[in-house]
Amino acid sequence: MAMFSSRIWREFPHRYRLEASKFKKSGKTYFPKRMVDPATGDTKQDTVVLPDAGKVVTYTVIRIAPEQWNDIAPYALAIAELTDGTRLMGQVVDCAVDDVKIGMEVRIEFRRIQSEGHGGVLSYGYKFVPKWY
Amino acid sequence: MAGIVGYGAHLPRHRIKVEEIAKVWGADAPSYKKGLMLREKSVPPPDMDTITLSVEATKNALKRSGGIDPADIGAVYIGSESHPYAVKPSGTTVAEAIGATPDIHCADFEFACKAGSEAMFVALSHVDAKAMPYALAIAADTSQGAPSDALEFSAAAGAAAFIMGSKNLIAEALYTHSYMTDMPDFWRREHRFYPMHGGRFTGEEAYFAHTKGASKAIMEKAGMKPADFKYAVFHQPNGKFPQKVAFDLGFTQQQIDPGWLSPTLGNTYSGASPIGLTATLDVAQPGDLILMCSYGSGAGSDSFVWKVTERINEVRDLAVRTRKLLEENLIYVDYGTYAKYRRKIKMND
Amino acid sequence: MREVCIVGVGMSQWGEVWRMSLRDLHTQAALRAIAAAGVDHLDSLYVGCMTGGLFVGQEHLASLLTDYMGMAGLPAVRVESACASGGMAVRQAFIDVGSGTSDIVMASGVEKMTDCSGGDATYALATAADQEYEVFNGATFPGLYAMMATAHMAKYGTTREMLSAVAVKNHHNGSMNPDAQYPFKVSAEQVAKSVMVADPLHILDCSPITDGAAAVIVTTVDIAKKLGKPYVKIIGSGAGTDTIQLAQRDDMTTIKAATIAADRAFKMAGKTIADVNLVEVHDCFTIAEIVVAESIGRYKPGKAGPAILAGETALDGKFPMNTSGGLKSKGHPVGATGVAQVIEIYKQLTGQAENGRQVAGSPKVGMTQNMGGSGGSSVVHIMEVA
Repeated sequence: MAMFSSRIWREFPHRYRLEASKFKKSGKTYFPKRMVDPATGDTKQDTVVLPDAGKVVTYTVIRIAPEQWNDIAPYALAIAELTDGTRLMGQVVDCAVDDVKIGMEVRIEFRRIQSEGHGGVLSYGYKFVPKWY
Repeated sequence: MAGIVGYGAHLPRHRIKVEEIAKVWGADAPSYKKGLMLREKSVPPPDMDTITLSVEATKNALKRSGGIDPADIGAVYIGSESHPYAVKPSGTTVAEAIGATPDIHCADFEFACKAGSEAMFVALSHVDAKAMPYALAIAADTSQGAPSDALEFSAAAGAAAFIMGSKNLIAEALYTHSYMTDMPDFWRREHRFYPMHGGRFTGEEAYFAHTKGASKAIMEKAGMKPADFKYAVFHQPNGKFPQKVAFDLGFTQQQIDPGWLSPTLGNTYSGASPIGLTATLDVAQPGDLILMCSYGSGAGSDSFVWKVTERINEVRDLAVRTRKLLEENLIYVDYGTYAKYRRKIKMND
Repeated sequence: MREVCIVGVGMSQWGEVWRMSLRDLHTQAALRAIAAAGVDHLDSLYVGCMTGGLFVGQEHLASLLTDYMGMAGLPAVRVESACASGGMAVRQAFIDVGSGTSDIVMASGVEKMTDCSGGDATYALATAADQEYEVFNGATFPGLYAMMATAHMAKYGTTREMLSAVAVKNHHNGSMNPDAQYPFKVSAEQVAKSVMVADPLHILDCSPITDGAAAVIVTTVDIAKKLGKPYVKIIGSGAGTDTIQLAQRDDMTTIKAATIAADRAFKMAGKTIADVNLVEVHDCFTIAEIVVAESIGRYKPGKAGPAILAGETALDGKFPMNTSGGLKSKGHPVGATGVAQVIEIYKQLTGQAENGRQVAGSPKVGMTQNMGGSGGSSVVHIMEVA
């Protein structure tokens, strides 16, 4: 099933700018944004932007990939913990898949994530790259 | 006059050597390397395109801009011949990604390899006209070279971004000029995947005539001669052309060295001379004069005289230097991987 | 709450069943369960199915399946909690009978997964994960569990051999299960050498794509006695959820939803894990069995792998797990799995497990643990001989 435009567009603030919810009572940050703080039930929040660096906390290498990822398979997929403690999932690129390790320092880079075929909408978002500068 | 308040570049990590391409098509690698002064070129992986390269280059420009609020950028223009959409400007996504929307002008530019430098001129003009405090010009490409064609050896990928403003300049634009004629040296028709070109006809009357035309005209305007410049950056479709035009005009190897990236970067099309400018700024000193002259087939050249200010010392290392992106942490690919990444393989879709 | 029990069970054929459609599979299982129980009517139907819509374009199973059972008019609803749909259907039936609202209820599950391309099946299964923040970025189901495995191995030293031991044991058990999709043994070497799907999980660490249905008849103990068929009491039912995103779990090496579900089931049953003689757990991937064994409290964190390797969870071990062959060998028609787990415990507790798969010593208390996605939901039942 194709991803419809409105569904892609709604996630731009998260995928493009790493906008997250920081709830007033608990001070906790959640990504992507959400209406309710799971810790306290609080609905009052500020929008914050996540830091763009962190460390890999777990990962895998996807070798049998869904068809749309054929051009980059095998690819590494990781959960990284950013410098503010927020965790998120993304591919690790610009390195050999075997180089990905728990504890590896990574940076977030803006990349093309998906394409709805040859004629459909392009989706952009974040991937992790090794932090070498 | 207006000038550069922030600059930045971004390049892929991946590279392919001339030998690797020559092997597949039975071409003579040494003669390509010697004739074009080209050793390898950058290869964008499938998740990099003109938009993503532009976003990263712009983030680097913002890092060097002294804390500009992206919301104060009044226009975003990306010049490229490989915009991901034929209709839907690359600038819309870049502006959204850096938080510059919604009060901003936008359109995409095309003029082969001078689309980016034209965007730079227009951005400067907006600021000079006091229409806005800052304007963003980006030069980016992930162009395709037709398989087995000479241009396949050089077609590469990269981006440079310049935030133009009127205060806190890194480099002031003292003079600008554009020299343009109708010249069918290299083109791509709508719906075609690869460009076509006139072979040797792309030399003397095209690249050289326009580059020389724009360079001579601006030096005359400015009352300057080659020796007055610390550095010069010319459009670099390969290693040879910018060197030859520099020498023909009276510039030296030393003057072009910092911005002469093509021997190991390849031809980043719209990005070529702008990325060369970022590498030059990375090493320039306050007071240096830089001549930049682009060339875009079709054809035209945009020339600029830049004067570097004191502020370069404060900002050059606030973001990664272009040479570091060019030379370090490289991933070499074979032709098969390159063809897959560049979507040259016929898939069942 | 009235005392609730299971009095008849039925499975359809499980495997790549080209000749049977979704409605055919369900009807076959349903009729077998009804015949086994000897009931002459039902009061309601809860059918677990993850996504008839994405696999075969069919929703509204309540109407379709009651119709095709020859019982149009019967109150019915489809229950969905990804791969926990079947177990949740059993729970709904338990609540319906226990509350006194109904007397004889069918809890069933069905999934038809081969009427679409492998790519479409993968897409459908991936809807159990976070579409926008996991699947969008390239996550697959094996990938999510593989990330759990990487974390578990790094934290506790769980090894490749321990993962393989799960597959070897489950195939050993499944080779004796006439309903299994893959009723053959595998060796640890075969598992470790099979093609890598998502590091460190190989294809033989992963449960298969399966067509199948399963059904049980849930009723009161009084009615079961009158029917004169073997019955097993459901003495505890518990369910729980956790964040959908793996990245947002407190601890990626445990499945909190399973812990919550188990705690609640034990509380209702007045039992602890120490009272349980055998368990059917949701081994969608070998690592899942290891993690769940810890999450339900049978093993301390990091200790399940070594115990499995040492044979503690074998048919003749201290704590048999997945005597049916598990999802790995029996198959995993998503919506049906949770019901099939209950069927295995029913068979074991009534001494009806076939072909030498019967656990010796007359087991009294059995447990099923079913879960959805990467552990975003889980349901546990505790069953006891009458």
